[in-house]
Amino acid sequence: MTAVSVPIEHVLVLAAALFTIGLVGVLVRRNVIFLLMSLEIMMNACGLAFIAAGARWAEADGQIMYMLILALAAAEVAVGLGLVLQLQRRFDNLDIDAASELAG
Amino acid sequence: MSLELALFYLAALVSLSATVLTVTRTNASHALIYLIISLLAVALIFFLLGAPFAAALEIVIYAGAIMVLFLFVVMMLNLGRETVAQERRWLAPKMWIGPGILAAVLLLELLYLIVGTEVVTPGQGVSPKEVGIELFGPYLLAVELASILLLAALVGAFHLGRRYMRARREEIE
Repeated sequence: MTAVSVPIEHVLVLAAALFTIGLVGVLVRRNVIFLLMSLEIMMNACGLAFIAAGARWAEADGQIMYMLILALAAAEVAVGLGLVLQLQRRFDNLDIDAASELAG
Repeated sequence: MSLELALFYLAALVSLSATVLTVTRTNASHALIYLIISLLAVALIFFLLGAPFAAALEIVIYAGAIMVLFLFVVMMLNLGRETVAQERRWLAPKMWIGPGILAAVLLLELLYLIVGTEVVTPGQGVSPKEVGIELFGPYLLAVELASILLLAALVGAFHLGRRYMRARREEIE
């Protein structure tokens, strides 16, 4: 085991800042592709916090949670980008408000 | 200040600024490139935290596979100049005020909770071997569930994309 000299609190601060930037992106952007990118930023920040916690307690659980987040992100992006293609086909537009009618 | 600390703060700065640039770009492919830079900086931080396997996964899967998927879709959509102009219209400065203030309040609360503890704790790296032993021991069920999730995503993406491809073929004919 190697000692980590990076203070864990600062890593958590970085994760919180990254998560907040992603949150602002989700709230402000209207283009679906940018919404998906902001979601990726938020999930990556969660993974960073998990790895920092795993390093703090010297347990492997943090990295395992990170891998599960990775699988979740891959699944979400695959389905989300399929939906983006459908949205472009139906509305010729990537505006998220165009998809506000459930009837399609 | 040791070299590791300097590297950490440098990587944190790079990742933060690249992420801000990602969220504020009007051109989707530029935003994607900035996001890849941010992910690479986070991978460096994973290395510094003693998680080399997670860092490799971040580069191979996140910056490699997922971002390339994004890039392919952006290329398929063929977004032109009018999309950039539309983005610029949507991103009026007054749009940022409300969400920005709310998110800043949440960030300040989080920072207060994290920094208020006043102890700077050192950590310890976890080797890939330990992660593997844990992953295929107590977490075996979670691995199986993740594989089922990926299968569901595969079927869903195939279904959604197939209808898109059929429509495109009819358009061409």
